[in-house]
Amino acid sequence: MSTGQDGNQHASKSAAAIDRARAQGRAALIGYLPAGYPSVKDTIAAGIALAENGADLIEIGIPYSDPVMDGQVIQAATTEALAKGFHVREVFDVVRGITSKTDAAVLVMTYWNPVVRMGVDEFSRRLAEAGGAGLITPDLIPDEAAEWMTASDKYGLDRVFLVAPSSSPERMKRTVDASRGFVYAVSIMGVTGARTSVSSAARDVVAAAHAAGAERVCVGLGVSTASHVREIAEYADGVIVGTALVAAIRDGGVDAVASLTKDLSTGLTKEEA
Amino acid sequence: MVRLMVDAPAAGSDESTVDAFLQGGRPAEHPAQGEPSLRHAPGPYFGNYGGRWMPESLIAALDELEDTFEKAKADPEFTAQIADLNKNYSGRPSLLTEAKRFAEHAGGVRIFLKREDLNHTGSHKINNVLGQALLAKRMGKTRVIAETGAGQHGVASATAAALLGLECVVYMGAEDCRRQSLNVARMELLGATVIPVTNGSQTLKDAINEALRDWVANVGNTHYLLGTAAGAHPFPAMVRYFHEVIGEEARAQILDQTGRLPDAVCACIGGGSNAIGIFHGFLDDPSVKIYGFEAGGEGVETGRHAATITLGKPGVLHGARSYLMQDDDGQTIESHSISAGLDYPGVGPEHSYLADIGRVSYEPITDSEAMEAFRLLCRTEGIIPAIESAHALAGAIKVGQRLAADAAAGKATDASEKIVMVNLSGRGDKDVATAAEWFDLLDKDSPEAEIAKEGEQL
Ligand SMILES: Cc1ncc(COP(=O)(O)O)c(C=O)c1O
Repeated sequence: MSTGQDGNQHASKSAAAIDRARAQGRAALIGYLPAGYPSVKDTIAAGIALAENGADLIEIGIPYSDPVMDGQVIQAATTEALAKGFHVREVFDVVRGITSKTDAAVLVMTYWNPVVRMGVDEFSRRLAEAGGAGLITPDLIPDEAAEWMTASDKYGLDRVFLVAPSSSPERMKRTVDASRGFVYAVSIMGVTGARTSVSSAARDVVAAAHAAGAERVCVGLGVSTASHVREIAEYADGVIVGTALVAAIRDGGVDAVASLTKDLSTGLTKEEA
Repeated sequence: MVRLMVDAPAAGSDESTVDAFLQGGRPAEHPAQGEPSLRHAPGPYFGNYGGRWMPESLIAALDELEDTFEKAKADPEFTAQIADLNKNYSGRPSLLTEAKRFAEHAGGVRIFLKREDLNHTGSHKINNVLGQALLAKRMGKTRVIAETGAGQHGVASATAAALLGLECVVYMGAEDCRRQSLNVARMELLGATVIPVTNGSQTLKDAINEALRDWVANVGNTHYLLGTAAGAHPFPAMVRYFHEVIGEEARAQILDQTGRLPDAVCACIGGGSNAIGIFHGFLDDPSVKIYGFEAGGEGVETGRHAATITLGKPGVLHGARSYLMQDDDGQTIESHSISAGLDYPGVGPEHSYLADIGRVSYEPITDSEAMEAFRLLCRTEGIIPAIESAHALAGAIKVGQRLAADAAAGKATDASEKIVMVNLSGRGDKDVATAAEWFDLLDKDSPEAEIAKEGEQL
């Protein structure tokens, strides 16, 4: 994995945020929110609340018509955002709104077609201009990412690709090599959504990614409580929470996001060995 | 599995991708003169289209499928199994029927119908499902999942699963389930479970999304039996392979019946599987003009249509880069067509490529034009076509009339010597209620009229 440090002209914002957490002896907390749900203003306020209550990185999702990696809760939220007229360009307002008020690294999570439509270079330029750290791409694999590799280098953006329990050792290596910032380890074979326990597969995926040379591996999918966070923080460099935060903003608005984040962050400190 | 990540092409023109497309083996029976063959494009790329725009979680399953498929193609036992099922289960070869009375309405050219409507389950869909269900068995999978719009592919999948002893789950938009309640019953009779999809627009594309979510979670024991020549590699090339029999039979049959190749070949385009199957037989014959007819719905100028190649822009959806109906934000636009089987906002990547290089012409046919051709075939030939296939018939009428106009202008030989072939992809039993409503054949207060208003396709 290239970290964007070591003489590279662009420092990786995501790597720096994870390293700051590491220096404090803990894993990083990454919170997901869909842009425009329930409104662009709320997403910005909730993003700031995430950062102020213990999140090190923030992942802003672009609502998309065909979200194949998302479960019911996130689908319902993004469908509502689209129905209210969300436009892709507003994601840059959200990113700028959060980065101008906090030190958190802000990544955009997006299915690939909206980026293709705007143009990979144009999208990247605007994301960098808004202070964004990079992209998490659930349906873009390195095999198809030639344009994104070029644009992310040009604008100094992180490329967060996913690895899964089903990834072969060969693919694990290639994906780790193509990534910058961190590698997103999918904890289970499935889509987003809260689950009662963390799959045992997650530990193996993280170990495989580390073995393949990844310096920073963060775990997502199905992580929803402080005890899940605690379990994962033992072996991963970061913990990604999505559905639980979306349910929080749905049910209790920005205040609920703030208190859930505070609670989740209690799980970050690694147990003394 | 065999391809290297570094080979991935960037979007935009790239000669190496064209070369990759052209690497397909050239059939020995008619070598092209200096031109590379278009008939066996292996994927993953068809020019700048195709590929694998898919979650990493599914890549291992796609690799396994590709590997199993490549081995099966080279295994005489597998090809013999397919040949046996085609002959003794589906009823192949399907007939090639000359439609003489229908042809009088198409400028007086000769028209031949490739009768996929006569296959078991009533359409070309059976060719693909039998092949994929056999591959599922080879991979040791015990469960197949499928998406369906009107229910044709769902019924075909349930059929193949019953025949081969596989569990079958079909995802279908909730709206479609209600409109196609008899097809839901048909699938259930065949032992399948039908799951109504209530997300998004509740149509075919959302059924595909839901099937993909199921596949990610159950990929260990489950094969996703995709119903058209679209999706991530190896699906487009693999689905074409199972439908190539249509074109191979048709080419031999027309040579046998007329002693020469047709002047034009016509097919309807949903995702593009019946079309690529028949086109395959003629892609390397420069004298044969090839036409794909998309659903023009209420007219392409109304925005309510499914004319993906005619009006879409390249994008990525459901695993492939291809033409796509999308808005300025890259959100998929809902398609509209009287024909549920053509009501899809995407199209298979090989068609996008064939459109760009100009080998195949793609044109829209409106609901009205299709229904007029539907009625005409019923009345002139005693064949009730699927409304999907009626789009190809309407297109053939236009092609025939153009050929006749050329002949009249002295630009070509007599129209009566011209031959137009149409892929009659399915029978219209399922469409009787829709057609009865369209032609106002039902007693206003009858229960049938009520059902038909809902768009029931039996
Ligand atoms: C009879 C018939 N023809 C055509 C189609 C369109 O699909 P494709 O374009 O894959 O052949 C369908 C799909 O349901 C169909 O049932």
